[in-house]
Amino acid sequence: MARFGMVIDTVKCVGCMDCVVACKTENGVPEGFNRDWITQDVTGRNPSLHMEIRSERCNQCENPPCVYCCPTGASHVHEIGGVVLVEHNMCIGCKACLASCPYDARFIHPDGYADKCTFCIHRVEKSIDPACVSVCPTHCMTFGDLEDPNSPVSKLLASRKYHTLIPEAGTKPHIYYLV
Amino acid sequence: MHELTTTRHNELVDPVLHIWGWEIPVYLFIGGLVAGIMIISGYFTLKGQFKKNPFSSFYLPHVSLILLSLGMFSLFLDLEHKLYVWRLYTTFKIASPMSWGAWILILVYPALFLNTLIRIPDRFKGVVPIFDRLSARINEHPFLIKNIGVLNILLGILLGMYTGVLLSSIGARPLWNSAMLWMLFLVSGLSSAAAFVHMIARDKYERQLLAKADNAFLTLEIFVIGGFISGLLTSTSVHIEAAKLLLNGPYAAVFWVFVIGLGIIIPLFLQLLAVNEKVKHTALPPLLVLSGGLILRFVIVYAGQYSHYMHQALSR
Repeated sequence: MARFGMVIDTVKCVGCMDCVVACKTENGVPEGFNRDWITQDVTGRNPSLHMEIRSERCNQCENPPCVYCCPTGASHVHEIGGVVLVEHNMCIGCKACLASCPYDARFIHPDGYADKCTFCIHRVEKSIDPACVSVCPTHCMTFGDLEDPNSPVSKLLASRKYHTLIPEAGTKPHIYYLV
Repeated sequence: MHELTTTRHNELVDPVLHIWGWEIPVYLFIGGLVAGIMIISGYFTLKGQFKKNPFSSFYLPHVSLILLSLGMFSLFLDLEHKLYVWRLYTTFKIASPMSWGAWILILVYPALFLNTLIRIPDRFKGVVPIFDRLSARINEHPFLIKNIGVLNILLGILLGMYTGVLLSSIGARPLWNSAMLWMLFLVSGLSSAAAFVHMIARDKYERQLLAKADNAFLTLEIFVIGGFISGLLTSTSVHIEAAKLLLNGPYAAVFWVFVIGLGIIIPLFLQLLAVNEKVKHTALPPLLVLSGGLILRFVIVYAGQYSHYMHQALSR
């Protein structure tokens, strides 16, 4: 069974925000909201500073608290690739999923339902990469099946050092950042 | 140095999560108050002490039906997709405390209603004949009255626990992620309910009894808050940072002054004097207890949303 994930090379990412614009255009994300965003993470002590630029979004967790806490089943794990999705017509807008996400990756759509990155499942079902991956000018983002050892994402994870975000939250995120 | 700069600015989420406004703390307070009322009223019903405690046994269930409806209305106001609220009752999600709560609330109404039928106030007698007949039938069978008492106690405990579990199950917010929270909200609910009776009941024996009970609940609440804070302080660094929000952070002033000082210590002192007949019973201590209970919910809900894995990693 497929398990979709994304590998993002932080060495290549320049924070151009093409992925953000592509997502908003592809998914009609309303003005003032973001399903994905750019984070600059600066660590160290001057003059030895290190900056990591990351394209962030819903981490499509294997252990998704947003799904567990949902009282109506609107937040669910899709049968294809284990992608976490929200069924808009089942969401009551209680915001429990927003509270339970350690990445604050969800928001309330102006129409009242919880919204977030879907890995562009409508494209993926047609074997097309998510919009953010397709437009990236530095090709820093790779999408694929983590269960397939021959997929590009698995090969990257086997050959490079990487980290995930807030692993201590125990959600088993499936967005990996190459360092 | 560790500095994060993000381009994200989603409403209600950035810069600090604030998805739940006044509606949820008010709902949690009223839910806890009704839970306490059910336990107290159910206990007197079970023990056959309803004649000694007329307000707790005969009027409190009526009041709590109204209170619970207000609480549920407050919860409804918080929903962003209001017209889909019925979706709560098309499924039961065992892992979701909110789903549990929705169904518990459905069970609480009939239990409270049965409690009101044990004695219908004189002014309402004859208004709905079927209720009078049901009331007569219940009073013919003392075991039915005892079962109604047990049902109210059990559902009251479940309702009071649920208001805490709702928050403590959310692991992403370190302040809420404590197994003591359900106990804190349950004890606070009991204390608020005892204070409510103390404030409104006219019978001297009942006021004295509930003031004594409230003193016990307030004392217990101090220990539970101590356990809650020490549990956080002995946990991971994000939990320690979360505890500091209450101890010396942005929520410390409200927590120490309005929750601990004016909400617990001062009314406990005044009520101890009152039950020992050093001063007269007044409405001031119960009013302080009720205000403290409400402010406790506000502090916990707001500070909990402020607490975060990412922010606290940065503040170190």
